This record gives sequence, C-alpha cells and structure tokens, in this order.
Amino acid sequence: MSWIGHLVNAVSLGVVYGLVAVSVGLVFGVLRQVNLAQGEVIALGAYSLWMTRDLPVVVRILVCIGVCVAMSLVIQVIIFRPLRGASALTTLIVTFGLSYALEGVWTIVFGTNGQPVSMLSSLNQVVVGGNVGLRWITLVEMGVGGIFFALLVLVLYGSKIGVMMRATAEDFRTARIVGVRIDRVVTLAFVFGGVSAAMVAILFTVQTPLVTPTLGFNLITLGLVGTVLGGIDRLGRATAGGFVVGFVNSMLGAIIPQELLVFLPMLTFMFVIVMLVVRPAGLFTPKGSNVERV
Amino acid sequence: MRSKFRLVAELVGPLAAVAIVTVFGSTMSIAQQGNVTNILVTTTIVVALYVFTGNSGVMSFGQISFVAVGAFAAGILTAPTLTRQANMPSLFKFLSTTQISNFDSLLLGAGLGALFAFLVGVVLLRLSGLSAGIATFAVLEITYDVLSYWDKIGPGVMPVVLVPVTTTLVMGALGLGVAIVVAFAYQRTRSCRLLRATREDAVAAQGIGISIFQHRLIAFTISGAIAGFAGALFVHELGSISTGQVYIDLTFATLAMLVVGGTGSLWGAVLGGIALGVLESFLSNAENGVAIGSWHVTLPNGLSVVIVGVIMVVVLIFAPKGISGSHEFLERFFSHRPAKAGTGTEPESTAKMTDEESSEVPLSPRPTS
Repeated sequence: MSWIGHLVNAVSLGVVYGLVAVSVGLVFGVLRQVNLAQGEVIALGAYSLWMTRDLPVVVRILVCIGVCVAMSLVIQVIIFRPLRGASALTTLIVTFGLSYALEGVWTIVFGTNGQPVSMLSSLNQVVVGGNVGLRWITLVEMGVGGIFFALLVLVLYGSKIGVMMRATAEDFRTARIVGVRIDRVVTLAFVFGGVSAAMVAILFTVQTPLVTPTLGFNLITLGLVGTVLGGIDRLGRATAGGFVVGFVNSMLGAIIPQELLVFLPMLTFMFVIVMLVVRPAGLFTPKGSNVERV
Repeated sequence: MRSKFRLVAELVGPLAAVAIVTVFGSTMSIAQQGNVTNILVTTTIVVALYVFTGNSGVMSFGQISFVAVGAFAAGILTAPTLTRQANMPSLFKFLSTTQISNFDSLLLGAGLGALFAFLVGVVLLRLSGLSAGIATFAVLEITYDVLSYWDKIGPGVMPVVLVPVTTTLVMGALGLGVAIVVAFAYQRTRSCRLLRATREDAVAAQGIGISIFQHRLIAFTISGAIAGFAGALFVHELGSISTGQVYIDLTFATLAMLVVGGTGSLWGAVLGGIALGVLESFLSNAENGVAIGSWHVTLPNGLSVVIVGVIMVVVLIFAPKGISGSHEFLERFFSHRPAKAGTGTEPESTAKMTDEESSEVPLSPRPTS
C-alpha cells in the first residue's frame, strides 16, 4: 500500500478514537471526573448489534443508540451521582472496577470467544483501488465524525443548554448559584456521551466485525490516553488528542517492519510518555497555562 | 505511653493477622495451602502498592511492572540451565548460563525492582493526578509488550517453566512479614512524614521547602523493591510465569485489595489483601464446582471478577476510606481522648484520607533561615 493508503487508514482510526475521546471529554468537562466505564457502554452497544442481527439495519442502529444512551444514564445515576465532588482519580478507580465487573458480565453472558457482527459489510468495499485502497467505511467515518462534531459545537455554542454546559464546565459552583440546572446539564453530557459511544460501536464493528469482552476496555484505555494527552479539560483538545493517538498508532503500525510489529504497543506508549513529560498539561494546551505538575 | 502502644500495635497488628492466616492455612489440605500462600504473596504486592500510593496519594497503575521484572529475572536465573537453552535459545549469554540460588533470586528481584522503579520514577514522578495515572499505565503496557516479545531477555510468548518451587506457606508468610516490617520502618522515617505532608496539602508542603519529587521518588523506589521481591516470591510459588499473569488482571486485583482495605494505612493494605484474597480464592474454587452443604454449586466462569469489581465500587462509594477506615491497627483505640474538653472538634468527620496522624505527628522542622 502507498503512503496515501496508510494515511487514509490512520485518519479513519483517528476518527474512531476521536469519538471515544468526545465521550470521555464531555463528562469530564462538566463534572471533572473520568468515566472509564464508557468503554463498556461501547461494548454493550456492539453486543446489541449482534443481538439484533436479524432486524433491518436502521432498527439496529437505533437500538444501538438507545442501548448506549440508557446504559450511560444508568452509570450516571448509580456511580456518578453518589460520587459528585469526588476527585477525578477516585472516579477513575471506581469506573475501573465497574469496567472489570462488566467485562466479567459480558464473558458470562456472551462467551469468551466473541460474537460476529456483520453489519453494513458492503461499506468495506473499495472506492478508489490500487495504491490508495480507500474504502467506503473510511469516508463514512470521516463524514459521521465530522457531522457529529459539528452538531456538538452547534449545540454547545448555539443553544441555551449548550451555554449552560459550558458555564458548568467553567465553574461548577458559580453556574449552580446563577441558576443553571446542573442535573439537566450532567444528564445531557451523559446522553451525548452515550450517542458518541454508539457511533464508535457501529463504526468499529463495521471495520472489525468481532465483539469480544475486552473490546470496550481496549478502546477506552487508548481513548483515555489520547484524551489526557490532548488536554482533558477542553473538549476540542481532548478530541484532537484522541485523534492523534489513533492516527499515530496506525501510522507507526504501517511504518515499522513486519517483524517488529509486536512492539507497536511499546512504541505507542513510549510516544505517550514522552508527550506527557514534555507537555504535561496537554499537547494542545497553550504554554504558560495552569499546569498540574510538581 | 499511649503513643508507644500505638506504635507497637501498628506493627504487631498486621503481623498478627499474617500469623493467624498462616496457622489457619497450615491446617488445610495441600491444595488449599497453595491458595493461602497465593493470598500471602498477593498481599505482599498490595503492601508494595501501599508504600507508594498510600503515602503519596498518587495512584500508580504501573507497580505490577516491577513485580513482572522481579518474577522473570528470578524465574529465568533459577530454572535449570539445560531447560533454558532448550526453551529460550535466543537469550543473552549471561542469562542462559548464570545460575543463582532461590534466596539470591529474591534479593535480585528486590534490587531490579528498585532499580527499574527508580529509573521510571526519575522520568515520571513530576507528573500528578491523571497524567501520573496514565503514564504509569503506559509503563505497565511497555513492560508487558517487551517481556512478551523480546526473546533475548525472556522466553517470548512462552512461559518460563521448571522454576524451583520454594515459596511454601511459611516462606510466603515470612516474605510478607519482611515487606510489612520494611513498610513500617519506612513509615517512621522523616522522608515518609514529609511525603504524607505533601499528600495532605501539596502547596503548603512545597511552601515550607519540601521537595515533592524527591520524597515521592524514595517511596516509589522502596515500593519497587518490595514489588520486585514479591515477584520473585510469586515465581517460586507458581513454578512458572507468563506475562499474562503479571498484567492488567493482577493490577486490578491488587488495586481492588488496596482500596477496599483502605488506601491510607498499612493495616488497610494487609486487611484488604487478606479479605479479598480469601473471597477470591473461595469464588474461583466455586467456579470449578464446590459443595456448599448438601448441594453442589458451580458458578459461571468470570463471576469472581464481577463480584470483586462490584465490592470495589460499593466500598469506594459508601466508605471511600476502605474497611479499615484508613486507620492503623487499634489506632483509634489508643488515640481516643476523653470528650470532656467539649470543644466539639470531631477529628474523624471532616478528614480526607488519614486524619489524626497528620495532626499529631510533628511535621518536619522548617528549614531554618
């Protein structure tokens, strides 16, 4: 494959991780808390696609979105409401525990070996062949990712509830004092988080049509890494960070020789460590802003 | 007088708990003794985790890397050289020919763990909060990847096998005892108290001239030494090791033990390790089928993870300081004061992680000007 082909692939993986980062970043923006269990929302969405395998595609997509939003809201009520005000690290550990428990549930219910999800497999056909190897799914991913992000920006900057969300992200207590309905804002953040999780589930299973119990955890770890790398306290930066991690991971995989491919995780995480040490506040955070560093 | 008793209780409590578990375990069948030994070794890892996380307040997801290094070094260098040459033909020469005793391998594990932790710490410990969590997780991923695939330093995707088994029940108990004494001794040092001060209030601590980085690095290195030592115990308990055994599952298990027990105290670490360890080994027995009373129960595979995960979530939501309350053994009993002063100050109600101690132990003298 030519370098254009690699580039196209890297962009498409970048979009997936960008969407993962959106779902983490939205919740973090409002609550200053991390939701690692978002990965399991994605996993459940993917399993729902398997369970509805006999239904029409449109229904399956709607069910997937519904399931992800519902799951996201359940996590909000059970985990995040009692933990309001707890530190980001505490919620990280709690949702780490939850992720592990849910992974066990998937193993029990759906089996260890994974379930095949065949959906929209025609999207894997090639648009531009030869050296480029551009597939429809890549275009769809870029389109869906772009439209979703544009919609999000429109809501955040153009609607009243969006202004409330941004105010909450800026200063939780003051926003509450001036009458922002915090609960509504938090709920909305989780709803958006659920929708973006559903899109990750759909796009990812079209490319990789096997859903295993560890799918969610694998996606969320790299997604969270990207979020922190980009700068978790701004949605745009977090998303860009997610994109960068997916992109770099894919590009490194294309560049390094075949026999060294097993060391790809090492290279990716080396990159992460170097970036964190050099720019601890985030890759896209301007220099001189408040840095959490000793 | 009271404070002396308290100090004695702080050390004797955890040691007594270990002794009780060991005595209890020695009455069981050989197979069950293996489970108890495993609990003791895992608790040693939890103590290692506590030494850094409990005292510094910084979460590390990377401590299992040091366990892995200790386990692989001790396992490879004590396995028979012929096996090594047959199973791991690409090893570096000195790794395939050097043979050391099991006891030496424990010291080697501790040394390598400390060295690796020191090197990692120098690079990463200036980070805090989430970034530190992510960075230490990255270290775990890197260690796993390198140990799994670099066949010059290890067996590659195969496990290290035929490692002599010497971590019996008693040896496991002794190992954990050593780790507890080290953790206790470290707690008495000036460096650890300064570190705890930085945990309570980083800005104020820096204001009086404490170097957060320096004291974190000391704790991280000691934690790495205990972790490497525990890794060596671990490999001599199992007789073999593969990278999957020292990866995310173990990270999750030990982290759950620490937070359920109570992150802020040595007693909590030991208590959490033993309590969850007993529960987990019961559950994994039940996954293979177990008789409770008159009926035979087989739990579905994976249920133990679900239960431990749920316990961890519930404890963190309802008792964020763990089942020990992050108090040392009998700490509250000895530091209880008559309420007649009636000032209305409730030391326990408002504290964050550990409370009384930080107000009673004199902090470091300020640097005199």
